[in-house]
Amino acid sequence: MIGLVLIIAAAFFFPGLILRTKSIASGRKGPGIFQPIKDIVLLMKKGSVFSETTGLIFKIAPVVTLSGILCSILVIPFANQNALVSFEGDFIFFSYLLAFTKFFAIIAALDTGSSFEGMGANREAFFSMLVEPAFIILLATFAMITGYTSFSDIFSHFYIIGDPYVLIYSIMGFYVLIQIAMIENSRLPVDDPKTHLELTMIHEVMILDNSGFDKALIHIGSYLKFAIYGALIYNVIVPAGWNLFLQILLFLAVQGIFAILVGLIESFRARNKMNLNPKFILSISAMAWLSFIIVLILTDKLI
Amino acid sequence: MNAVLFLIILFLTFLVFLLPKTYKYSFALFLLSGAVVLSSVWSVKMLSGILSVSEIMIRLPVSKHSLVLTIDPLSAFFIIVVNITVLIGFLYARGYLKPYYPNKNSVDFSIHYFSYLWLYLSMIMVVMIRDGLSFLIVWEIMALSSFLLVIFDAEVRSVLKTGVNYLIQMHIGMFFILIAFLIVDKATGQMSFNSLELYFSNHSGFLLFMLFFIGFGIKAGFVPMHTWLPQAHPAAPSHVSGVMSGVMIKIGIYGILRVLVSVQSDLLLIGIVILVISLISGVLGVMMAIVQHNLKRLLAYHSIENIGIIGIGIGLGVIGLATDNTALSLLGFSGGLLHVLNHSLFKSLLFFNAGSVYHATHTQNIEHLGGLMKKMPYTALLFLIGSLAICGLPPFNGFISEYLIYIGMFKSLSVANLYQSILVLGTITGLSLIGGLAIFCFTKAFGIVFLGEPRSENAALAREVSKGMIYPQLFTVAFIVLIGIASVLFVKPVFAIIAQAFKLSDIAALTYPAIKNLSQISILCGVFVVTVILLLVYRNFHLKTKPVSYGPTWGCGYTAVTSKQQYTATSYAYNYNHLAKPILQTKKIMKDIREDEIFPGERTFESHSDDIFRRIFIDKPVDWISGLLKKIAIMQTGQIQHYILYAFVFMLLVFILTFFNLI
Repeated sequence: MIGLVLIIAAAFFFPGLILRTKSIASGRKGPGIFQPIKDIVLLMKKGSVFSETTGLIFKIAPVVTLSGILCSILVIPFANQNALVSFEGDFIFFSYLLAFTKFFAIIAALDTGSSFEGMGANREAFFSMLVEPAFIILLATFAMITGYTSFSDIFSHFYIIGDPYVLIYSIMGFYVLIQIAMIENSRLPVDDPKTHLELTMIHEVMILDNSGFDKALIHIGSYLKFAIYGALIYNVIVPAGWNLFLQILLFLAVQGIFAILVGLIESFRARNKMNLNPKFILSISAMAWLSFIIVLILTDKLI
Repeated sequence: MNAVLFLIILFLTFLVFLLPKTYKYSFALFLLSGAVVLSSVWSVKMLSGILSVSEIMIRLPVSKHSLVLTIDPLSAFFIIVVNITVLIGFLYARGYLKPYYPNKNSVDFSIHYFSYLWLYLSMIMVVMIRDGLSFLIVWEIMALSSFLLVIFDAEVRSVLKTGVNYLIQMHIGMFFILIAFLIVDKATGQMSFNSLELYFSNHSGFLLFMLFFIGFGIKAGFVPMHTWLPQAHPAAPSHVSGVMSGVMIKIGIYGILRVLVSVQSDLLLIGIVILVISLISGVLGVMMAIVQHNLKRLLAYHSIENIGIIGIGIGLGVIGLATDNTALSLLGFSGGLLHVLNHSLFKSLLFFNAGSVYHATHTQNIEHLGGLMKKMPYTALLFLIGSLAICGLPPFNGFISEYLIYIGMFKSLSVANLYQSILVLGTITGLSLIGGLAIFCFTKAFGIVFLGEPRSENAALAREVSKGMIYPQLFTVAFIVLIGIASVLFVKPVFAIIAQAFKLSDIAALTYPAIKNLSQISILCGVFVVTVILLLVYRNFHLKTKPVSYGPTWGCGYTAVTSKQQYTATSYAYNYNHLAKPILQTKKIMKDIREDEIFPGERTFESHSDDIFRRIFIDKPVDWISGLLKKIAIMQTGQIQHYILYAFVFMLLVFILTFFNLI
């Protein structure tokens, strides 16, 4: 329960922190930390404009997407507390539920009949297809280290199995997860949310036709998704056995640092050329495989 | 009593030919439902444990041979799978065949219904027969009746050609099974599945199993034995493709399982072979599906992918048997077996709706469709449910079977040795890639066909199909959702079937945690559905208080948008095509614009993606043989003197050879 509350709380300041970091890094005055939240409130107050081409799918997709993301939070554990729902293989459910939300986001974009949105839909489908294995491979590696197959069990046993190489595992996990998080949330270097041209967008171009309430839902969803991945990263790098109060502070700190890191990456890095993206994304799966092989070596299975 | 009833149904099928055209359907439906009820009662009794392994003797009056039908839990499971889809398919067929009534004569319909009935009867008999000879006869009836069903549209020349191709490949498969049975016969003196156990107890298992695997694999459609599949399914009428893809190819899986039950040696090798072939089938099947433009061919390639997933489950199960890992065996086999049921449901659903689309627009080419959701909302929704299920997304049934396979692998990782863990992780990678590719494929299929604006006149004028075609499919949807939400109800019997068939002991310790996990999944799915509904209600309520207006789609300032500017199936697959080029070998046919061409003229552009396996395994050998035959054909001069000479030379040859005692 604490985990759920904390993730939602982190989602509140996460996007603002990224924006603030970017504005400071580029020497602008910039908006306040809660500006994205204010935007959402504003969007909620507004009416909606729908395209005549769109139908049922376009209308229900934002709702489905947000619900899926909300439900996927339920399996994320925090500290030594089990997740609200925890079972063997819950990360498969997590990954497939997020895929479900993506499915709807993609077909909603195709529902508008716009060439731009079709293009965005295609890129989103293509890139998320390529990133899909990386997450599963990483979790399989964790499952092999710990011998458990649920988020809660994996993370609570991650640091107490007494393996001297645990630091290496957590660094690997940290690296791969951060890359996955950047892609899943359509951030640099794969996608640039602040680009001006529709031709170079991925996620933003998919939601060109959404307005008002629906757009607010989509934004909430993407903020939550950031916080979810932040929570996963936190679970990998902080031992579950520590004092709960300290953990809460640390959790917020990690989320904050993660947000600042994202902001810094976005300030100092350019987006990949679009046709280099597949290679970049596949390299993450390769990294996940590499970490699997490292684990094989460290657990004396290989050599 | 039961047996007599069954026999009566078998003979009544011939009456279809005698009835007037308008009564044929009702009569066939009557017989079909009779057989379905009868066999379902047997199976349900079997599965609920009222009957132990039961034998139904049917004596055929034609020969000394008596036909013995044996039901065990495995056959009972397959009978139920067959029953559901075949019955729904036939109900759907009523509406689908209506446009054909004026053009086709009475005999065409008689043959069609008769073959449909016999395809069904042969499928349920195949899973009940243990004797080798009777098995092969019924297997042959299955191939022949499905051939007749495929060539329903035989006026179209390509359909007939496809049908013949199908028939030949089925027979190649049958020869492998025949050879395998003959080997068994030679070694044990009995040609039957029951004697396999005896054979495998003192012979190495690998070779004989591979013969069976190739024979059954051609039916099931494993890569590279799949080439008949993407041709036959689009050619057949949709209810037939639904049944063929949904259940008939699963009979191949049944055969493989039936043989596996008895195999005792070389298990690890066999498991790895099945696993690798299945992985290749799964990944290549979906990879080739993405570039298809024919909706039914796309679905056909997806069948290959799903057969791959089923095979992955079975392969893991065998590896589990070989390494004494009961958990892996149970979860792998059960995942595979449950996927047989799941795939039969959503694939038939998808084929039926592809048929409805064809019915309404007279085209199967995705590029000519679009915007159908507004014209055919029910068909679109049914197709959407099928698409979500086939992608293995919760809360639908495909997720449950894939979950079982996944969880089996994850559990085995921590106890596996080096090679096994690499193999298992490779499989995990493959399976997750298949999942991603399937989503790519079905967002394309659903998005291009049903969403956006119509891309052709036909699509713009489409109308929803009749209620009679929609309602039967609701049963399929009910099963899909039920298996997704209340998975425990279905997984428990499947566990029991697998445990009985493969003699797995102490599965109770494994069943309990699995049931617990599945009920947690059910809870989460429930939470998800409730959240969606609550949010939708709130959205509705919220939007009522706000101004809502409608306008054209945002065109970036461009206002003269036409439907031609939409993303097409080709453009959707473009970047993927680029990445998958080495495997798909897409060819582009176009002329470059020369530099001195200041005003370029008209140009055409074509792109083709070939099935390289068809080229290597079918086209090349066939070309080679036909080339050889052509060379021999110079002897065929058409002059009577030459033919007499041939006969004379032959006799002379026989004489000389006998003289020197050579023959």
